[in-house]
Amino acid sequence: MELNDALERFLLRMGDNTLILGHRVSEWCGHAPVLEEDIALANTALDMIGQTQLWLGLACEVQDKGKSADDLAFLRDAWDFRNLLLCELPNGDFGRTMMRQFLFDAWQSVYLPRLSKSSNERVAAIAEKANKEATYHVERSGETVVGLGDGTEESHKRMQQALDYLWPYVGEIFDTDQADDVLAEAGVAVHPSTLKDEYFELINRVLVDATLTVPEDTFAHHGGRTGARHTEHLGHLLTQMQWLQRVYPGASW
Amino acid sequence: MSKEWPLWEIFIRGQHGMSHRHVGSLHAPDAELAIKNARDVYTRRNEGVSIWAVEAKHIAATAPGDKEPLFEPSNSKVYRHPTFFDIPDEVGAM
Repeated sequence: MELNDALERFLLRMGDNTLILGHRVSEWCGHAPVLEEDIALANTALDMIGQTQLWLGLACEVQDKGKSADDLAFLRDAWDFRNLLLCELPNGDFGRTMMRQFLFDAWQSVYLPRLSKSSNERVAAIAEKANKEATYHVERSGETVVGLGDGTEESHKRMQQALDYLWPYVGEIFDTDQADDVLAEAGVAVHPSTLKDEYFELINRVLVDATLTVPEDTFAHHGGRTGARHTEHLGHLLTQMQWLQRVYPGASW
Repeated sequence: MSKEWPLWEIFIRGQHGMSHRHVGSLHAPDAELAIKNARDVYTRRNEGVSIWAVEAKHIAATAPGDKEPLFEPSNSKVYRHPTFFDIPDEVGAM
């Protein structure tokens, strides 16, 4: 596999993760349980959409087919997306949203500092910028997971349910393919498998503080980052996210 | 839920060298989250470089009913304003 093809695949994965999760989180806008959380979630969503512009923008440059980040976001269909399944899962209640956010933020907070040392300076620059946001995100979502997990009987129960529901989607974070090998070899992106120890150390620490029980089952769903099999939820998400460009092709403001 | 969270008064310093100014209030379960909420609610348009959060119950305040005895007497003491001095140009902004 050529380095350029591997790089394109990597950039789509990075951009699609933040695009799809960013859209998911934006669904809370105006609906969060309290005003403060509503604004905080909207900020997080916007941070992720901002990161998307950078990742997908660079993907377009690498592709060199005259496309823009907007084209990639709004004109592709479900099977073209390369985001982790975790990112497309429905919000559920506020607790599940925050648990999903924490599991994602923890991954970013472990991955981005390594990417900021990439041999590709564009990748390094994006990672460095995104890492500042991710550092805040993981603090916030982590504290919320602890607060709710170690909260009332009701909030504890919901957080445990959230963790149990999301757990089978964590394993995909560490999936690898040939592109990952090529990028690791070239020093562009560390191999996802090397993140495991630090990631689990981080989330275990928080989940223990949250008095939650990490499921023992190691079964993991796959298919998001390869595009082989997304969940049914992605299509529904795209109908919301893309309807305007589909009904009014080329519309802009 | 917000009824169970205490109220916090938020002060933001806009830039180095300036003082913190009261910008508003919000609800949060503890001090750390009050700072985080303040960051998200009041500094999202790049308004600040420092945040103070004070739980509202810790602020001692004047009673609105005491307004007259407290503040009215200074109304008629115009001589307390240093407006009767000619300030030399060299002094610059004061």
